[in-house]
Amino acid sequence: MNKGSCEYTIIDNSWIGNNTKMMILEGPTESFSAPGQFINIAIPGFTLRRPISVCDIEGDYLTIVYDVVGGGTERLAEMHPDTKLDILPALGNGFDIAKCGKSPLLLAGGVGCPPIYSLAKTLLANEILPTVILGFNSSERMIMIEQFENLDIPFHVATLDGSYGTKGYVTDVIREENIIADAFSACGPLPMLRSLCEHLEMPGQVSLEARMACGFGICMCCSVESRKGPKRICKDGPVFDKEDLIWK
Amino acid sequence: MEIKKKVSANSPMAVEVAGVKMKNPVIPASGCFGYGYGMSDFYDLDILGAISFKGTTLQPRFGNPLPRVAECTSGMINSVGLQNPGIDAVISEELPKMREAFHGPIIANISGFSVDEYRECCRRISGERGVEMIELNVSCPNVHGGGMSFGTCTDSVSEVVREVKKVTDLPVIVKLSPNVTDIVSIARAAEDAGADGLCLINTLLGMRIDLKTRKPVVANVMGGFSGQAVFPVALRMVYQVAKACRIPVIGCGGIAAAEDVLEMMMAGAKAVEVGTANLINPMACKEIIESLPTAMEKYGIKKLEELS
Repeated sequence: MNKGSCEYTIIDNSWIGNNTKMMILEGPTESFSAPGQFINIAIPGFTLRRPISVCDIEGDYLTIVYDVVGGGTERLAEMHPDTKLDILPALGNGFDIAKCGKSPLLLAGGVGCPPIYSLAKTLLANEILPTVILGFNSSERMIMIEQFENLDIPFHVATLDGSYGTKGYVTDVIREENIIADAFSACGPLPMLRSLCEHLEMPGQVSLEARMACGFGICMCCSVESRKGPKRICKDGPVFDKEDLIWK
Repeated sequence: MEIKKKVSANSPMAVEVAGVKMKNPVIPASGCFGYGYGMSDFYDLDILGAISFKGTTLQPRFGNPLPRVAECTSGMINSVGLQNPGIDAVISEELPKMREAFHGPIIANISGFSVDEYRECCRRISGERGVEMIELNVSCPNVHGGGMSFGTCTDSVSEVVREVKKVTDLPVIVKLSPNVTDIVSIARAAEDAGADGLCLINTLLGMRIDLKTRKPVVANVMGGFSGQAVFPVALRMVYQVAKACRIPVIGCGGIAAAEDVLEMMMAGAKAVEVGTANLINPMACKEIIESLPTAMEKYGIKKLEELS
């Protein structure tokens, strides 16, 4: 049985970028089963929970990374350590390690980095060495560079304005560095995911996002059409196989 | 292991609506509980009074483009657009799974864009094991009647009820739209046409604009406003309609606690539907049911049926 929401305690809530915070939470982690799953956080004063991807799990500690984009995340950003949060944990289906290939390529754009970090760590724990490419608009928007560097894996960064790493998109890195992989996994803005699905000639898994109400498959607010019929991003996803997605 | 409390028909929480016996008055509202089985991970659904399933139409519908949801103070706007797999798939695929997860009364929430569609859906669902009541969602636009919602016009409400009653022996209740000038006249039209009960309110038409993009938050521009903010409006309408009609009323709109259930029943409701609360807390209905006895004791209520 799913116990519903659980209480978590904020251990740390620090800025890691101009507009991005990393929060460490203490609470139950045993229900999480795959990188790419998310949590849905109740924020006092706001009706709807805020769905946020899990970045890392270590014992009873769960790390999330979030952009401050509106009232709800502004309120979250103000919260101090020891604050209790009501959270629905372990939502959705994450990345399938079996579909990542023997030489996986992991790609993230902007605040899509956290689940890709979790995936990279999980692959390493399974003795699979991934290559990671992160894309940002500019060096000012970069996050989690040090964390990825510390994984000691093939790692590249692209910025649109060329202020750090390769100038351009993550796909420009693939071309310039002549990166060979047998499957890709990605999380980031929709145009990036679309471009990857349309241009990379290998199997892939991508993590989608949408405005949600419930986060556990009941309200139908985050449905997308797929080759296997309508799918709920929150419950059937957020990670989908490239070949199941329809881009309009 | 949880100990299941058996609730008999003469329990203090038991209610009856249009001949359908429920062990308590708490019914998850249509659109906020799917076809039930998706919620059985969270708790044993057999504690519920009944379940109203996701609004179902004749043909499968994908619904509206995203975003379909906008947050509001103490509420939310949705424009899902009646996404559902169609009545035949509901009967062949969803209902069997629903019956496995829930053994109480199933309320079939039926939507239509024409009188024929309502009639055909109701004909097909009638006789399906477990389905004990039909709830007509009359908030959809009438495509043959100029696109106005069925529920905003006494004539179209009457016509839908009369035609549906011809094809089913199940009790038929009408879920009324609050987006009308005079809810009492619509309620009376449904009653006069032969409705066995009423459920109110459906969502209030609402809208939000994103300050950054200066565009509506939901892709469909407008949507249905629900949640705790609408409770006083729902309560007022239930009170007006229950006083004006003889058929039973199910109260719906912003219910999130046992006290709200009692208040709604004091306004004249025989049972209640809980909607948005389920989306925020999947345990909402369970927690409401479990706290009802304490709330009843606090306010000196021996049996819920004495309230309305």
